[in-house]
Amino acid sequence: MEGKVAKPVETLPGLVFALDEKPIFKPGDRVRVATRKPIGHYRVPIYLRGKTGAVEKVIEPIAVDNEEEGYGRNAGSKRHYYRVAFPMTEIWPAYAGSPRDGLYIEIFESWLERTDS
Amino acid sequence: MTRSHDDHDHSHPHAEISDDHPGYYDIMETAVRELLVAKKLIGADEIRRQIEVLDSRTPALGARVVARAWTDPAFKARLLANGRAGCEELGISFYDDTQLIVIENTDKVHNLIVCTLCSCYPRPVLGLPPDWYKAKPYRARAVVEPRKVLAEFGTIIPDDVDVRVHDSTAMVRYLVLPRRPEGTEQYDEEQLAALVTRDTMIGVVPVGAPASVDVVRTAP
Repeated sequence: MEGKVAKPVETLPGLVFALDEKPIFKPGDRVRVATRKPIGHYRVPIYLRGKTGAVEKVIEPIAVDNEEEGYGRNAGSKRHYYRVAFPMTEIWPAYAGSPRDGLYIEIFESWLERTDS
Repeated sequence: MTRSHDDHDHSHPHAEISDDHPGYYDIMETAVRELLVAKKLIGADEIRRQIEVLDSRTPALGARVVARAWTDPAFKARLLANGRAGCEELGISFYDDTQLIVIENTDKVHNLIVCTLCSCYPRPVLGLPPDWYKAKPYRARAVVEPRKVLAEFGTIIPDDVDVRVHDSTAMVRYLVLPRRPEGTEQYDEEQLAALVTRDTMIGVVPVGAPASVDVVRTAP
């Protein structure tokens, strides 16, 4: 990674992208954090499991899952991370503060499920 | 471990304050480091060099970035679009793959940074995090009751200003671009940078207005 993200100029007709090469969520998509309970190294805080938020930004470029990287598996399949925004009131029903207060976090694609709710 | 604890006049139990007896993780770190060096996977010079890299990073770097953003709108736009590239423009290197997102405080939004899992922090531009940033009370409470935590830092956020907490737990690091205080219209970049403290770039306090004596001294 060079620190600079190349912007795609345009989509060439007929070009086929590999699976996982393109983000499957886009800004504005509603996503729910999976409720998996992995043992060992994880990066998605427990307080967000099962919570619903909105994708704010796709983080480019694709990168390895740092939960795998934690065990030295730092090559192979890469996917996108997404910056996801959650209303504080979604995470904490008794939240004291503005209903517009929010929590922002990056989450690896495999943790996110599409939802309409 | 055999040193008597009776040589001073209180009796409550506590870990001995001493460099003589390294803790569990100190011993583990030493053992792993010595093994890595013995097996020639890394050299002692590489370890020392990386410590020097980290020691060279201080909040003064972040303050330069903030002051430039305050005085150069085009730079600010580039910085907000790509935090890392913006810092690199000023010569601040990133020694790993970490990306940086710079988030701007405005009269409508106040941003706060935390790492609930450990101590993720924009080290290339701020250096090592303060102890309270790594302590569990801050990490746990910043995401549950940020307004109360901010109030304890003396920062009262009005109800019509949104609080956004950024939990940096995965691969990106965050830096808050604080608001430029009023009364600094005549300040140059260096004078502005001197106002910007570490805590303002974590988002727990605003940049303080310059003392009136400074205004008098720097007035044209």
